[in-house]
Amino acid sequence: MSTQTSFVTPATPLRTYASTADLAISSPSARRASDRARAVAVSKDLRSEPGPIRFIIIALAISFLTIFVVLPLVVVFASAFSKGISAYFAALAEPEALSAIRLTLLVAAISVGLNLLFGVIAAWAIAKFDFRGKTFLITLIDLPFSVSPVISGLVFVLLFGAQGYWGTWLQAHNIHILFALPGIALATIFVTFPFVARSLIPLMQEQGTQEEEAAISLGASGLQTFFRVTLPNIKWGLLYGVLLCNARAMGEFGAVSVVSGHIRGETNTMPLLVEILYNEYQFVASFAIASLLAMLALITLVVKTVLEQRLDEGQMPRDESK
Amino acid sequence: MTIEVKNIVKKFGAFAALDNVDLKVGKGELLALLGPSGSGKTTLLRIIAGLDWPDAGEVRIDGEDALGHGASERHVGFVFQHYALFRHMTVFENVAFGLRVQPRAVRKDEATIRARVKELLDLVQLDWLANRYPSQLSGGQRQRIALARALAIEPRILLLDEPFGALDAKVRKELRQWLRSLHSEIHVTSIFVTHDQEEALEVANQVVVMDKGRIEQIGTPGDVYDNPATAFVHGFIGESIVLPVEVAGGSVRLGDRPLNIAADGAASGASKLFVRRHDMQIGPAGTGSLEGAVRHVRSFGPIQRAEVALSGGEGKMVIEIDAPRDRELQAGEIISLQPRRYRIFAAQD
Repeated sequence: MSTQTSFVTPATPLRTYASTADLAISSPSARRASDRARAVAVSKDLRSEPGPIRFIIIALAISFLTIFVVLPLVVVFASAFSKGISAYFAALAEPEALSAIRLTLLVAAISVGLNLLFGVIAAWAIAKFDFRGKTFLITLIDLPFSVSPVISGLVFVLLFGAQGYWGTWLQAHNIHILFALPGIALATIFVTFPFVARSLIPLMQEQGTQEEEAAISLGASGLQTFFRVTLPNIKWGLLYGVLLCNARAMGEFGAVSVVSGHIRGETNTMPLLVEILYNEYQFVASFAIASLLAMLALITLVVKTVLEQRLDEGQMPRDESK
Repeated sequence: MTIEVKNIVKKFGAFAALDNVDLKVGKGELLALLGPSGSGKTTLLRIIAGLDWPDAGEVRIDGEDALGHGASERHVGFVFQHYALFRHMTVFENVAFGLRVQPRAVRKDEATIRARVKELLDLVQLDWLANRYPSQLSGGQRQRIALARALAIEPRILLLDEPFGALDAKVRKELRQWLRSLHSEIHVTSIFVTHDQEEALEVANQVVVMDKGRIEQIGTPGDVYDNPATAFVHGFIGESIVLPVEVAGGSVRLGDRPLNIAADGAASGASKLFVRRHDMQIGPAGTGSLEGAVRHVRSFGPIQRAEVALSGGEGKMVIEIDAPRDRELQAGEIISLQPRRYRIFAAQD
């Protein structure tokens, strides 16, 4: 490999200078190519560690990942199936388990749906308009990431709890937020808010407003512009954000645990049920539910990889056009 | 269609991007807005298109108040500097966009739209690219597709924002000629913005020179080149030699050296003498009002460009002049210079 590169380097300039007509066109790219060849050769010299060291480093990385990521995942599935397949499915068919799955899906659907809307609006506002307090808004969007989920849940207890600000009013009007679906959904929305907005803001900022302006000058209405120009341009980023938002919404434990009240068969989501069952020594049932969440994680991972590729592909023509 | 702009004012914070601008564009004209960056030319274009709103003033397209309508209702074709093609659509769909988003009542049927797009792609000579995506096109091709897309809606007027700014010199030259011939073919009233004087002089039949949010001069390319109205225009268009002179009672002096030229009614006081490089008459030493030593000479094409160090006056002044090839100049030679054509402007800025 290295002998090959050393051949290429002197040969390219020679070919370039051979014809003056070619010079202006081919010389920059040829020079870049030879630079790259040289860079590869140099970096190879610098980076090539002795074989044993390379082996140790790679082995360390792999064993670390095995112990901390692969092994737990295997254990989850092994424990779930430890009493056989029928026990596994029987555990999932329990009314409590079904109710938890139903609640989790419902909460995820609500929070993903609303955060899709909020996220697009927030990203739109930040990327396409200039206004006072924009930086503050960007910081605010990140807040749920920097606050412990337990605090996020506690905030809603303070607001809607019996001793909270609006507690007495809510009680008087017989509205249940805490220890019910609305509270769980609110806490989940709060915790998952940044995902969609965060994945869209850089994308929309980079794309600017020119395509929208072009659409409008061609006679398109605001809605037509959004659905025909803006949305297609951000769709992969949007899906990426939705995917991560969904994974977090289904897996959220801390914030939901605070506001749920753990009413069996009513306000337990899947992560909460896993903990309860585990504490009651129902290992098969506990790990059966856990295996569903683990499967969600695996699917998320695969889809995320695919989406990232799509995003990169979408990026390429953009870079070229500059 | 005619365009009329009256007393347009546009401020960005404290900065006045447009300061009381008046402009009339006649039917079928191809007009260039020429000026350095920050002169307000793009802002003016965007206001006419409805992509920006003025703080005060009036815009009339074909006599009708345009400020009462948003950009989508103005029927104005706009071509962006960076093309702004829809990256997720094919070339064909890009051109068809304006036809597809029309209100259902006036929207053409699919066959008519296809025929119209085909016609437009033929017009810009790129029908063979119909199924490509914008990322697969060269810069020049993208710009032509952007133009076809703008023409699809049969715009009343066509506005082009630095249409060739992002292209390399050779493609730019080709597209200029192409735009000229296209304009004479379809004859839609057009305004294009450029900071490239050569482009403005070569393509437009009217040139509007702008600086600092104001219009400095409106005229034909010949007009603004030969009869610049202000010092700015003289300095901005074409290469000029600028000499600091003193005007006193109808006579002009450079330092302590009287120049044998008429003040042409210029007011007394510190002034600037503008002369085109090729408007300096060269003679043997002692025959003209300026004298200097040739420092070195470069010859290319029909001209030789000489650097001349002027003698007299305070400090060393070095100017560049263009002389025809038949008057051979030598480095070190002492020559005299006499401005043939010149302009004197007060030196307030």
